[in-house]
Amino acid sequence: MMMNYFPDEVLEHVFNFLTSHKDRNAVSMVCKSWYRVERFSREKVFIGNCYAIDPERLISRFPRVRSLTLKGKPHFADFNLVPPDWGGFVYPWIEAMVKLGVHLEELRLKRMVVSDESLELLSRSFVSFKSLVLVSCEGFTTDGLAAIASNCRFLRELDLQENEIEDRRGHWLSCFPDSCTSLISLNFACLKGEVNLATLERLVARCHNLRSLRLNHVVPLDTLQKILGKAPQLVDLGAGAFVHDPDSETLNKLKNAIQKCTSIRSLSGFLEVAPCCLPAIYPMCLNLTSLNLSYAPGIHNNELIKLIRHCRKLQRLWILDVIGDKGLGVVASTCKELQELRVFPSDLYGVGNAAVTEEGLVAISAGCPKLNSVLYFCQQVTNAALITVAKNCPNFIRFRLCTLNPTIADPVTMQPLDEGFGAIVQSCKGLKRLSLSGLLTDQVFLYIGMYAEQLEMLSVAFAGGTDMGMLYVLNGCRKLKKLEIMDSPFGDVALLADIGKYETMRSLWMSSCEVTLGACKTIAKKMPRLNVEIIDEGDQMETSPDDRHRVEKMYLYRSLVGHRRDAPDFVRTL
Amino acid sequence: MDSFVGHENDLNLKATELRLGLPGTDESEKEMMCSFKNNKRASPESVEDSESVAGSDDKHGNRETPAAKTQVIGWPPVRSYRKNCLQPKKAEAETGIYVKVSMDGAPYLRKIDLKVYNCYPELLKALENMFKITIGEYSEREGYQGSEYAPTYEDKDGDWMLVGDVPWDMFMSSCKRLRIMKGSEARGLGCA
Repeated sequence: MMMNYFPDEVLEHVFNFLTSHKDRNAVSMVCKSWYRVERFSREKVFIGNCYAIDPERLISRFPRVRSLTLKGKPHFADFNLVPPDWGGFVYPWIEAMVKLGVHLEELRLKRMVVSDESLELLSRSFVSFKSLVLVSCEGFTTDGLAAIASNCRFLRELDLQENEIEDRRGHWLSCFPDSCTSLISLNFACLKGEVNLATLERLVARCHNLRSLRLNHVVPLDTLQKILGKAPQLVDLGAGAFVHDPDSETLNKLKNAIQKCTSIRSLSGFLEVAPCCLPAIYPMCLNLTSLNLSYAPGIHNNELIKLIRHCRKLQRLWILDVIGDKGLGVVASTCKELQELRVFPSDLYGVGNAAVTEEGLVAISAGCPKLNSVLYFCQQVTNAALITVAKNCPNFIRFRLCTLNPTIADPVTMQPLDEGFGAIVQSCKGLKRLSLSGLLTDQVFLYIGMYAEQLEMLSVAFAGGTDMGMLYVLNGCRKLKKLEIMDSPFGDVALLADIGKYETMRSLWMSSCEVTLGACKTIAKKMPRLNVEIIDEGDQMETSPDDRHRVEKMYLYRSLVGHRRDAPDFVRTL
Repeated sequence: MDSFVGHENDLNLKATELRLGLPGTDESEKEMMCSFKNNKRASPESVEDSESVAGSDDKHGNRETPAAKTQVIGWPPVRSYRKNCLQPKKAEAETGIYVKVSMDGAPYLRKIDLKVYNCYPELLKALENMFKITIGEYSEREGYQGSEYAPTYEDKDGDWMLVGDVPWDMFMSSCKRLRIMKGSEARGLGCA
């Protein structure tokens, strides 16, 4: 064929235009020469499960890797279902990359354990290291951050999102040398401890390319005012504490500074807030495309609504349910460009009354034609509402709905929510991610298997009636990559029906279901390229385990490198 | 608690109705509890809560909002980071700064929690509502000129100060009690 006569450089040049790793993976499978050219030219590698492959094999296939994205723990670890010390350590990866001479520039980690040692090793080993993004990670302290600040001379991005970081009361921020002027993005919103404010101001002042800055809750309003004065070019801002006497000179200065910040498109933070100061940011709202107030419980319903009325260009909105159905109505009539909405619960341990119901969601679906991604925590939902939402929004890519009571029925008809979610999957032909909740029978899974052809990730809790439910999904959803199930009556029949399917998926999680140890052993025996891990925190392991024993937590994933060697005592790989 | 309203006037036949189920449970609540999957972990016990959500009362007839009182591990699916961020706020709010508020001429004193307010305007508005008075706006020069009342507080040294002079945080930590002065005494404070 003609393409065989193209020199490698031409192929490489063409492949450069492929940015998604899925496209690159596809291209590498066309023929041997394409595989060869692609692997030598790939610079960005994405590994969805850090135990699916080991660093040595990865680097031998992609020797020119410069950017690595790794994900560690299973998703349900976010909700305390995975015990600490389960795994997901980044150190071996960094160590291997050092040993094999990788010129690492960018490292993005999610749900991994990152030690100070790994950060130190990282900071000392890669001369052109530019970007560190840590999401939902743990295991490190501000000492590790100090190492990054001190040693990464060309650091452009330090982005810490929702990590558990131990604060050592050091001065990590002061470790950025005076010569550091390369920062483009700095996000330390999740840090609990103090930072030296004068140091922060000086750092901001000398980094003229700073585009994104997210502060933590200790940074007061008057520091914010000074920072904005020094960095009017900011595009993304996370305010720390937004509390001040509204009739003060400081607030006036802030308003003036804000007037000059004409590039801000994304706003978040307000971890502490005095609502009477909020009008100061109204001028910013006009051009905002992204607003995250989900960590600002201090902003009450009416102030939220007043603010949102100014945000006509919003594409992404994350808020707390204090906004209420009425507030969502305002969003629906104001934010016509809205693509992504997330409504989080504000009262997690109280009576459990969310302030939003299905009405808010229906209003949004009717008012926002570009909506394609929803995460919605609510008190209740009706089938009728879901059917309306499905009709209004056929373009959903992600749809996650969480009723605070996980098995609540349709409050009007007292029926299960099968029809409602069924309408969603039938209407949204491009749906890739779905989370269900509420009273659900096998019927909803029948619908999912029938209609959700593009579905890649499904999260199930307290749903279904028999093994048929799980079978419908496994048989129907061809593109399924991740399936996670908790507290549902699916057992061995479903689990064993098509074990070959699991090699086409990234992972399967089942907890508090009806699967037995024997069935898990069967899979492990027949499928050498699957790791079947049983998490047992109780005393099941001490008495000799019976194959008929129910397994409390099972995590199963495909892997090219066999059993992992860093599993703790409570994890048994079959 | 029954979420049905309006039983006070009729014969309350429901109470004498013969039906299956434990005494005291509603039909629909029973259905809810049956449909919950029996498993080995703590099951959320449905507790009827008569608070209606989002203001619309009987739009859907018998709107049940049973709340899961027992905590289920893993539900609601919210990241622990987020939970920890929102939780401490609650703990802080529970330890309020309560100070007595007296108003000249009022028969009894009141008490307010200073922590509820974030700035002076909010506090003044609350005082205005509580005592049905108008205090007006603060100015450094004139105090609360134009108003019959002046809000004052006793600080740590035992002195009576005009509310509004010092930064809010400083006020919060030094205020021992509040007194709303009235009439000529109030105007006297506002003089240069």
